Amino acid sequence: MGCSSSSTKTRKSETSLKAALIIQNWYRGYKARLKARQHYALTIFQSIEYADEQGQMQLSTFFSFMFENYAHVHKEELELRKQSLESEQDMRDRHDYVDLIDVPDSYNGPRLQFPLTCTDIDLLLEAFKEQQILHAHYVLEVLFETKKVLKQMPNFTHVQTSPSKELTICGDLHGKLDDLFMIFYKNGLPSESNPYVFNGDFVDRGKNSIEILMILCVSFLVYPNDLHLNRGNHEDFMMNLRYGFTKEILHKYKLHGKRILQILEELYAWLPIGTIVDNEILVIHGGISETTDLNLLHRVERNKMKSVLIPPTETNRDYDTDSKHNKVGVTFNAHGRIKTNGSPIEHLPKHEWEQIIDILWSDPRGKNGCFPNTGRGGGCYFGPDVTSKILNKYQLKMLIRSHECKPEGYEICHDGKVVTIFSASNYYEEGSNRGAYIKLCSGTAPRFFQYQVTKATCFQPLRQKLSLSQWAFCMENILGLNLPWRSLSSNLVNIDRNGNVEYMSSFQNIHIEKPVQEAHSTLVETLYRYRSDLEIIFNAIDTDHSGLISMEEFRAMWKLFSAHYNVLIDDSQVNKLANIMDLNKDGSIDFNEFLKAFYVVHRYEDLMKPGVTNLG
Amino acid sequence: MADEKDREEIIVAEFHKKIKEAFEVFDHESNNTVDVREIGTIIRSLGCCPTEGELHDLIAEVEEEEPTGYIRFEKFLPVMTEILLERRYRPIPEDVLLRAFEVLDSAKRGFLTKDELIKYMTEEDGVSLCRLGW
Repeated sequence: MGCSSSSTKTRKSETSLKAALIIQNWYRGYKARLKARQHYALTIFQSIEYADEQGQMQLSTFFSFMFENYAHVHKEELELRKQSLESEQDMRDRHDYVDLIDVPDSYNGPRLQFPLTCTDIDLLLEAFKEQQILHAHYVLEVLFETKKVLKQMPNFTHVQTSPSKELTICGDLHGKLDDLFMIFYKNGLPSESNPYVFNGDFVDRGKNSIEILMILCVSFLVYPNDLHLNRGNHEDFMMNLRYGFTKEILHKYKLHGKRILQILEELYAWLPIGTIVDNEILVIHGGISETTDLNLLHRVERNKMKSVLIPPTETNRDYDTDSKHNKVGVTFNAHGRIKTNGSPIEHLPKHEWEQIIDILWSDPRGKNGCFPNTGRGGGCYFGPDVTSKILNKYQLKMLIRSHECKPEGYEICHDGKVVTIFSASNYYEEGSNRGAYIKLCSGTAPRFFQYQVTKATCFQPLRQKLSLSQWAFCMENILGLNLPWRSLSSNLVNIDRNGNVEYMSSFQNIHIEKPVQEAHSTLVETLYRYRSDLEIIFNAIDTDHSGLISMEEFRAMWKLFSAHYNVLIDDSQVNKLANIMDLNKDGSIDFNEFLKAFYVVHRYEDLMKPGVTNLG
Repeated sequence: MADEKDREEIIVAEFHKKIKEAFEVFDHESNNTVDVREIGTIIRSLGCCPTEGELHDLIAEVEEEEPTGYIRFEKFLPVMTEILLERRYRPIPEDVLLRAFEVLDSAKRGFLTKDELIKYMTEEDGVSLCRLGW
């Protein structure tokens, strides 16, 4: 009561406590704001990514629409199939073609020696670190050999682990070579005592997809029983058309790129669907659905699943009318092949095709049940109940999958039964996420290892400024107009004293209006809006990858396109356009030139419209 | 009088928009629910600084009768709007924060070592906490 010194002491410690609490509180608020900001950024990136993939699946329905309604295109598609079947024969017989490609003495990149050994793996790694490019001769040889060996693998590889032989599982790499180097640095190169599973999506988006594929294939050829490759949704030649791998190949291999693309088409389809570890862990790229049938998946002819965008035909009533019809309306001959016009076409039955799509495209979610995956447009969202049901049905304990970017490189959900593993760090941008891999050993819990390729911190505040080269890069990347951005910069943005661009200043004077309804859009605008879809469609029709399509093909294509997207385009307009574009009047269109021409024309038209800001 | 009412309506509408946007970021299944563990982050990202105790009370207010681990937007919105209107849990101004550090830095060095900070942040005196009403 009377001791003044003790009361001062209490007062002092009270103040300290109050101070500490204030600081604590402030810090919590600060961390929360940063977390929210990180979430915002990730949500934006993810939405952009999935919306794009949704576009892919929409294309798939477009193709189905084509098959069902346009007989002459159907015939064309059959021609395409016949051609690719023939070429498959050709390629088996023309293995010598590879030998026809000489490696000049002047080539100072890595030279592989067949049969491959671990020396070749080291050679490749060193060469790729120096950013050398492997000669097409070796690329083709590796791909041929890989395809040959893959053909002998079952749909699911069964692997056993032991304390002396732990298994490492890696997720999506997406062409990010630095991440693969990091993994090998931290975890060692693949070998008999250091087995790996790569769970799909090795290619697309990153700029070293072919290098990653080469390293993985060579390692696979040296250690076929200890390096396991699972197919991902991006191991699909149609996806590659849109997401960058095709471009990368044609750019790095100007002479032989097309050949490489042709072999890849088949190689992908021979990649195993998944891996089963110690009879209790299922490793697949995407996920499962409530109808997933592992026994069926063990039996399907996986090589017939060429692409997510080439769906099975549901009926072929136009053609073989005297064969028996089963319930689904598809006709089968004795060998399970759909007979059409006398020539055997190799298709998967619809339910098998859907089973594989589910495996490659599905995502786990917290809600019980199984719902169509509206984000991606294919596969489904599967809940914890579906996981339990399927795992119990096949006496499995865990599902390891990839397919989704996670901030920590991995995520555990569904009560520990589902693990997502993602190995491309900084996937969306520097600092966006870590990469990770898992080490499995029977009898112990899985161990997770994380990494991030750069040292940049995640929480950099937006400064509203970029360097001129960064700004120019962004503008070109998004708009793809091939304009001299640096020269134009003074007209488009404010630049401060240090030469940094205040990028928001471009939008100061621009008024965003409601988008024009499709029914009234001009041909030019429509082409521009759907240019990436058109590119894919055109590429699909151009079977010999020559860059040319005939006038007839162009007209038919345009008619289909406008019918599907409900855009009214006048026939005469299309004809006029086709004629204009056929510059040398030889009856064929170089459609790359054609599409490019429209980018620039569109921009010019935009500037001429009244009301658009004077940016000078 | 009418003017003031209009102004308040506008303010409320703006708050609703902000709250909805913050909520949606954490609504991973797009079904107007968020994990209860994210509520603290959401509230703090809206500029409020409740203590842990206040946060617990808030969660109790917005939870379901039978706690499901999820908070629904319909329940969260009115409660959060009220908080923003009343300017409850405002963050302490920066100069007070500075003074708080100065209080802990009794030797007036201008810094705290890592160990000291850890000690202050993690030591709990349950009795004092109650007395201070935290």
